[in-house]
Amino acid sequence: MDIADFFDTFFEEAEELLADMEQHLLELNVDNPDIEQLNAIFRAAHSIKGGAGTFGFSVLQKTTHILENLLDHARKGELVLRAELVDTFLEAKDIMHEQLDAYRNEEAPNQEAYERICQVLQQIALEEIGQTLDAPVEAAAPVVQAEEPAKASVGQNQLIVALLNVVEKERTLLVEELEQLGDVQSQSGDEKCYEVILSGDVSADDIEAVMCFIIEPEQIEIRVASGAPATAQEEAKSTPPPAPAPVTPEPTTPAPEAARPPAEAKKTPDSSAKSKKAAAESSSIRVSVDKVDQIINLVGELIITQSMLDQTVSDLDDQSVGNSSLQNGMSLLQRNARDLQEAVMSIRMIPMEFVFSRFPRVVRDTAGKLGKEIELVTEGKSTELDKSLVERITDPLTHLVRNSLDHGIEMPDKREALGKPRIGKLVLSARHQGGNILIEVRDDGAGMDRERLLAKARENGLSVSDTMSDEDVYQLIFAPGFSTAEAVTDVSGRGVGMDVVKRNIQGMGGRVEIQSKKGEGTNTRIVLPLTLAILDGMSIKVGGETFILPLSTVLESLQPTKGEMYAMAGDDVVLKVRDEYLPVIAIHEVLDVENAITDPTQSIAVIVQGEGRRYAMLVDELVGQQQVVVKNLEDNYRKVPGISAATILGDGSVALILDITGLHRLSRVKKEASKVINNQPISFYKEAEPS
Amino acid sequence: MSQANNEAVLAADEAENREFLVFSLGEEEYAIDILKVQEIRGYENVTRIANAPDFIKGVTNLRGVIVPIVDLRIKFHLENVEYGGQTVVIVVNVADRVVGIVVDGVSDVMTLNPEQIKPAPEFGVTLSSDFLSGLGSLDDRMLVLVDIDKLLTSEEMALVDSTSNR
Repeated sequence: MDIADFFDTFFEEAEELLADMEQHLLELNVDNPDIEQLNAIFRAAHSIKGGAGTFGFSVLQKTTHILENLLDHARKGELVLRAELVDTFLEAKDIMHEQLDAYRNEEAPNQEAYERICQVLQQIALEEIGQTLDAPVEAAAPVVQAEEPAKASVGQNQLIVALLNVVEKERTLLVEELEQLGDVQSQSGDEKCYEVILSGDVSADDIEAVMCFIIEPEQIEIRVASGAPATAQEEAKSTPPPAPAPVTPEPTTPAPEAARPPAEAKKTPDSSAKSKKAAAESSSIRVSVDKVDQIINLVGELIITQSMLDQTVSDLDDQSVGNSSLQNGMSLLQRNARDLQEAVMSIRMIPMEFVFSRFPRVVRDTAGKLGKEIELVTEGKSTELDKSLVERITDPLTHLVRNSLDHGIEMPDKREALGKPRIGKLVLSARHQGGNILIEVRDDGAGMDRERLLAKARENGLSVSDTMSDEDVYQLIFAPGFSTAEAVTDVSGRGVGMDVVKRNIQGMGGRVEIQSKKGEGTNTRIVLPLTLAILDGMSIKVGGETFILPLSTVLESLQPTKGEMYAMAGDDVVLKVRDEYLPVIAIHEVLDVENAITDPTQSIAVIVQGEGRRYAMLVDELVGQQQVVVKNLEDNYRKVPGISAATILGDGSVALILDITGLHRLSRVKKEASKVINNQPISFYKEAEPS
Repeated sequence: MSQANNEAVLAADEAENREFLVFSLGEEEYAIDILKVQEIRGYENVTRIANAPDFIKGVTNLRGVIVPIVDLRIKFHLENVEYGGQTVVIVVNVADRVVGIVVDGVSDVMTLNPEQIKPAPEFGVTLSSDFLSGLGSLDDRMLVLVDIDKLLTSEEMALVDSTSNR
């Protein structure tokens, strides 16, 4: 994905932020400003500045920057607001909007307006707070003139980087980072405020960008050292100490040059896309998700009504003339309804690429920090996922990736000693599986150490036993507060814990599984349901009841013969299908269906696959394939073991959608239960949903 | 009496008097707050849910919404549980959920004033007095006023995932 794809997102966001800013400015009570409102305005400016900087919209960035500084003083109470000031801010906002539009249309922003507003804001800063702001040094002055002094200061520039409320462990790391950026002249202070004096050819923005991976932007204060050997004239003009908080001094890499080229450079390669972009502007609208959901629901209803009609019509006698035209009309309606449904569903779906595209950077930075060599492979970028899920999956996924890099993959030397390639491999993959979306984070690292996990769990007072299955043992890492001491590092010992990852994923209705082999690697699988979705289903009959099997789980169906069925340990039965023994799940037993065929050789075995395992399900009859609208059972009822959701059939009745793994689990629980206590009501709910 | 006075009295009346939907289970008469009732419909097309308690008959399609159906007759251990053309489902709204309850019949809507509502005595194994908001006396009839919110969200109804699991 090209960075240009994010432009549109930025433009839309920036526009919203500007609208917010305007609204807050208009509502602002000048005599008694609400600090929350000032903060909101400041944040909006800050966000725009950040985005503009990222995309190289330098004029917009600088305008916002000056405004942001003034706003910062205003919210700290150092700048007393007056109505005229608010007017000026609003004017600045309008100019920013114009600049934004200019960038969107790939034109150069109006230089005149830019210089004027910078001067006006500058003037305010000078009059009201008695100081000039740094950024416009080269902005206010003609571009060419600014070049000289800026260059002169490069290389002998000293910055004081103050780290506020940073714990020692992180501080050490930060200082190391700073050492890579320039020469650390001295460092001193305590946890509250630790100052590092840095000299070298580096800009405050760069420092901030690097530090932000480790601490919050509020924790950093960067200012030019007061005793810096900059030219006296420039020092007096641009940065009299103490400079305001997140002021980013500009004597960087030839700043004036950076100011112009992006706008120009962009023009050449993209000019062909210009007309396309302009068209896109008017053709995209932002709609609330609720409205889209409402449409999706209504279309779902339409489909149900349509299939009800369809069923009625198909029962009609097709000899009479009137009926056949009705049938033709119905098939047309069916096609149109399906197309409509697909179109509506696609509104909410976005490809996983949006999530995956951020990981090359995360991996690069994290690997660099840890001194590891990592190759990142992404698979299934085009897998589409509901937008709301995409937004919520990013954080847990980032954490899992960091975890893999930190704990999973070994140092290059160690890998070589183990006979593995130096470069560790991390695979991110996404695909549809069994009505779910499966996202995997795979590494070829050290894998998990069962014994160590168990030992640690005991230390933490968790109840564990040596007989626990590997899967259960790996799940221990999701327990709150669980972390193996030597495992805590700066990379993954911070931020959200694994318990939060699990909670987030469960919040989306999904689950996390871990497969691991010591010495060979770990595979973390996130299984997310398609909550609002159309499912391709296979309807089956057992007794008089109809159920839906997700078609994606169905591999084949066959009629079992007596010779292929083997009893195992009493109750269990396996079915031999081409050299593979599959556990048999008789639906009528698990779901207590009456009047079903009990003789396996008379029923049909549907071979299904759930979470990598295969089962043979015994059903009475295969009815056919159909698309169904998935309806949540939990809205009005509760989670039912063995059932993932419900749907409404053509005749208006409800059919339950089967959950393969749930059924298997349920059948095991049932068999155990019938062995232990006969005829006692047992709560199956506990098993299905461990607290 | 002035008009303003009149209105005040009316308002007071409205505040105190409550309307109840009266339904029958076997020979007994029960009543629930009419404001909880969404609609009344026939019993049809219910899809069974495996491994659920016997009084949960299953789920049905109520204009595209999947609604669980509870048979209060089974829950209250009544005999002669039959399903026919007269069997009625009262669809109620409780705790942001839609639930259908099966009863033998719906008779009328009654307005009760506070004096007609007596506290429920402490008894009952099948129907704990926790789930009653009182007993309503109307001439020679006695109405059991059911607190349908409490009843349907209670753990023993198994309609709602218990909070510890959420």
